[in-house]
This record gives sequence, structure tokens and C-alpha cells, in this order.
Amino acid sequence: MIELEGLTKRFGEKVAVNHLTFTVRPGVVTGFLGPNGAGKSTTMRMMLGLDRPTAGDVRIDGRHYDQIRHPLKYIGALLDAKAMHGGRSAFNHLLCLAQSNGIPKSRVAEVLDTVGLTAVAKKKAKGFSLGMGQRLGIAGALLGDPQILMFDEPVNGLDPEGIHWIRNLMKGLAAQGRTVFVSSHLMSEMALTADHLVVIGQGRLLADTSMADFIRQNSRSYVRLRSPQQERLRDVLRQAGIPAVEAGNGTLEVDGARSEQVGELAAEHHLVLHELSPQQASLEEAFMQLTAESVEYHAHSETGPPDTNGWGEQWARQQRRTKAGS
Amino acid sequence: MSTPPPPSAPQQPPHQPPSMPPAPPQGQPAQQPQPQQPPQEHTAMLRTLPAPQDQQAQQAQQQWQSGPPVDTYVSPIPITKTNLGHALASEWTKIRSVRSTMWTLGVMLVLVLGIGTLVGVVAAASDVSSTGASAIGLGSFGVMLGMLCVVTLGVLTIASEYGTGMIRTTTTACPSRSRILAAKAIVFFVLVFVITTIATALVAALQTSMVDAVSATGEEWLRGTVGVGLFVATLGLLSLAVGALVRHSAGAITIMIGVVLLPLVLAMFMFSESMKDVQEFLLQYSIPSQLVALYGDSLASSGPTGWEPLWIMLGLAALALAGAFASTESRDV
Repeated sequence: MIELEGLTKRFGEKVAVNHLTFTVRPGVVTGFLGPNGAGKSTTMRMMLGLDRPTAGDVRIDGRHYDQIRHPLKYIGALLDAKAMHGGRSAFNHLLCLAQSNGIPKSRVAEVLDTVGLTAVAKKKAKGFSLGMGQRLGIAGALLGDPQILMFDEPVNGLDPEGIHWIRNLMKGLAAQGRTVFVSSHLMSEMALTADHLVVIGQGRLLADTSMADFIRQNSRSYVRLRSPQQERLRDVLRQAGIPAVEAGNGTLEVDGARSEQVGELAAEHHLVLHELSPQQASLEEAFMQLTAESVEYHAHSETGPPDTNGWGEQWARQQRRTKAGS
Repeated sequence: MSTPPPPSAPQQPPHQPPSMPPAPPQGQPAQQPQPQQPPQEHTAMLRTLPAPQDQQAQQAQQQWQSGPPVDTYVSPIPITKTNLGHALASEWTKIRSVRSTMWTLGVMLVLVLGIGTLVGVVAAASDVSSTGASAIGLGSFGVMLGMLCVVTLGVLTIASEYGTGMIRTTTTACPSRSRILAAKAIVFFVLVFVITTIATALVAALQTSMVDAVSATGEEWLRGTVGVGLFVATLGLLSLAVGALVRHSAGAITIMIGVVLLPLVLAMFMFSESMKDVQEFLLQYSIPSQLVALYGDSLASSGPTGWEPLWIMLGLAALALAGAFASTESRDV
């Protein structure tokens, strides 16, 4: 279990991490979400004692990271794929890590096998692709068979097969009762992997909730309708007090009504429906909504409607504005 | 307690998670005690987050302290407390598994042995016996160039970790930064000392057998081999400390080459009478001059003699290392 309490990190004037308080619990995959530059990596670096917090505290089962006497057997971390010396072979890279924690040498071959790098164990790391580097980093994290695992953007650079592999790996690790903490800026990826969700934006905590709750609380559910008798359908819905909105392509979107209700209504009036489907917003949409609602965005809302093309763009635009203004 | 997976999974094909299903008999993720957020309106949740979160953390903390939860994973790998010995083993693997070590020490050996032999041949052809000095001092020419290789390796030993990002992995594996720096310094120092001492001893034996000069005393032998080995390794430590302070390979190497060569070069261009004292000081205390003094022939009439150059170098290295330890402890990785 990892506990953060009022964790804050300043780099000069810039506040990278602003009073973060949350807990990472064992047995589940906790997703750590936020746009690039939100402070995810800085938070993880502070958890691992690489950066000293400006204020606040982060404890791992009640201890600071540097009080742990056998860190690799306790926490495995993948920070970035390139945190290794390119001139060293994969085997030697893992061997020097194993030796620093008194882990038996035989374990190196095991983790190389686990990540599928046995064939290139004697090759230099600088010849590795991003995906292979990522696998080597994961091998390093698994080396001590630790009870806590921390992955910073682990799917970066992996091919679809690799993404599938890491997804199952993380779920399997959590199912064994380990604490798994994984950061990402890919919403869709988190939806498939994480059970619990911590969302930060500009260093501040935006949400700390279970994945299902997050989607339920943040997303809009609606019913999509398509009918050759659209005008009549709209009249019927209006009479029933159900607001319908035209959504283009000849579809109607109905808020605040269940699909059963709408279907029965259409049947009563002998209307033909080509489509009647309940829609649930994806995690992506939920995240966009969350960031759109956060206070800082409202403070800069003078430039047009919220951008729904990509959740990061609005943030990036705001960053550019801030830069231009200062 | 869920069934711990066997540490070895060689029978599993690659691209498989290490210890995937069969799923543990209990402790399915769905059954985890997952604190539910109280159903509340979203915006309210945002503002009131810290308070319930603290409570959850405290509850969870109490649960933890009352004994580990049944579903916490326990590794079959035995726990050993790490110490400096582990760090030394790790650093030894690191230093022997990169090409730069082979290159720098290889070039150093070639320079020390090659130039030493050449100087021996030249000295044997000419008459040097009249100078009254032993042949041991002839070894200084090769070492003077060879020590630049040691400077490079000293810097690279630490600065390459910062350059490549390896330092983050290293520090995660060993959170005691002082232990990392100490292990690096010890491994590097011992390696360079052994190699330099062997090389200088070989050259000294070769030159004394080739050149017809007064035979060297035991103390001259000791200073010309072990003493020079210690001097060069200590200069390497100074470079390592500078590498740890600067954290940039090219920058630190440039600084160190300047430190080694610049005083002597500057002294050569100080013609004016008013600079006489400065010139004298630089000629006596520049690092190449001190090396020559350690060998027993001084470039200048006064200045450090005997073992003094080694004490001076040790003092410099100790100061720089103290700074490096302080900096490593206080700065972010």
C-alpha cells in the first residue's frame, strides 16, 4: 500500500505536484491518469525517493522508500524505458540490479524469459527497439518478485501483442494480491486495465474513485434512435415529455429515458425503428468532462466552447495561453 | 494467502505473464475490500475528496498494522538486508560490462607500456648514467599520458549513469545514494590502482634492465610503482567526484583535462618577471609536475618531494568527494 499525504513538489515557480493525497491499495490495478505534464512522473519519482518532496509525505506500508532495506524485493518500478546504459547487455543490466539487492543470479534468466527477451540477453540495450527496452524495464521491475509494482506509461512503444501482454500481466499481478500502480495518458487503455482510478490535472487531484463509479458519475448515458419516421417519432417523444436532440446522420439522441421506455412508446404508436441503442460515454469522454469541469478551465473559458476533439488539446491550448500571457 | 508462484517459470513460453492463472483460490479482485466512494454528486466529490480519503487511508493503515491482509502477495525469494557488499558487487558488474572501461584502461596500458619501452630504448642508446638518477623516473612519460585515460574513465563511471538515465534505475535499486557513490569510488579506485601499479612495475623493471644507470633504492621502487598507482587512482577519484558534481560526461572530462594540463601550459607562457612567483608555483604543483616529483626527478628546483604529491592529491580528492557526497544526497536524481 502506498499512501500520499499532501505531497507537493515545486520546481522554482512551477508547482508540478500540488498537495496530492491518495492511497494505492493492494490487490487491484490502480490507474494513474492525467495529461502529459500533469505531474504523474514527478509523483512516481517522489514515491521512489528520486525527487525529494517540497512538502508532504509519501509512505510505502508506513515507511519512506529509502528506509526499505531490500527495495527491489518490495517495489518494482518501470520509470522509463531508457533508464539504462545502452552499452550494457540486457543480461548484465539485470545482473547488476540483482546483485545490488542480493537477488540470486538465476532470477535474471527467469525474468528475461518472462518478458520474452531470452534470445537477445547478450545483446546491447542500445540496439533495442522502444518496445524491447520497455520489456527490459519491466523485467527489471519483476526481478525481485515484489509485492508492489509501479509502471510509468508501460504500453508506450509496445505493439498490439505487447499491449495485450502487459495488460494481462498487470491484471495477473494484481490478482495475486500485489499492489499495481500504473500511469497512463491513454484513457481507453486504463478502461481495460484499471480497477481503481486516480486522476490528476496540473498536479492536483481531480478524482480518486473506482473505475465503474468514475464512469457512472462522470458520463452521460443516453439512447440513440434512428427511424424512417423521424418527424412523427419526435412528436411522440415530445408529447411524452422526453426531450430528443437531432444528432446528425438521421439519428436522435434521447436523454433521461431508458431504452425500454422509448421502445415501448414507439411500439404503441406503430413507429418503425431502425436503431434503438443505449449509449454509455467511454472513459475518454468521462475524462474530458471531468477536466472540463475542473475549476482552472472555467477561469479561462473566454475562448470559445470546450474542445471535444481530444481531451489534452484544451489543456495544451490553455498552457500556450498561459505562456503567451506571462 | 494466495499461492505464491514458483520463482522459476522456465517452462512457460515467452510473452506470458510470469505467474498467471490458475487464478488464486481466493482473493479475486472483485472480492477485494474496495472502499466505495459514497454516491454523491460529482462536483461535490471533487471538493470533498481529501477528507474521506484520509479516513480511508487511516482505516486501511489500521488494517495493515493489525496484520497483513490475507491477500497480500509474498514472494518466495528470500529477503536479505542489503549492504555495501551488494553495492560493490553491482558496481563491479557495471564497470566490467561496458566498453568504455576496456577502451580507456586498454589505451592507458598501451601508452604506459609502449612509451615506457620507447623511452627505455632511447635512454639505453644515449648515455644517462652521468645524471646520477635511477632509471625508474623514465616511466613518468608514459604515465603522464596514460593518466588522461584514467581521468576519462573516472568521469564516465558516474556521469554516464546520469547521461543514460541509468542512475534512476540504480537509485531505485539502492536508495542510499551515498552507498552508490562509495561503491563506485571503491570499485573504480581498486581497479585503477591494481592496473596502474602492474603497468608501472612492468615498465620500471624493463627500463632498469635496459638502461645503464645507478640502481634504484627500495623506496624509489615503491614510490615509482605503488606510489604512482595510488597517485593515478586518486586523480581518478578526483575525476569521479567532478563527474558526480557536474553530471555531464563531456563537461566533466573537459574540466578535468583542463585541471591536469592547463597549469603547466599557462606556466610556459608566463614570461613576464612579475608573474615569476605564479609561474614557479604552477611549475611545482601542476599535476604532471607532481607525478614527476613522485618519481623522484623534479621539474622545478623546489616544490613537493618524496611522497608529498600523493598527500596533496589525496587531499584534493577528499575535498571533491566530500562535495560530491553532499551534492548527491541533496539533489534530485
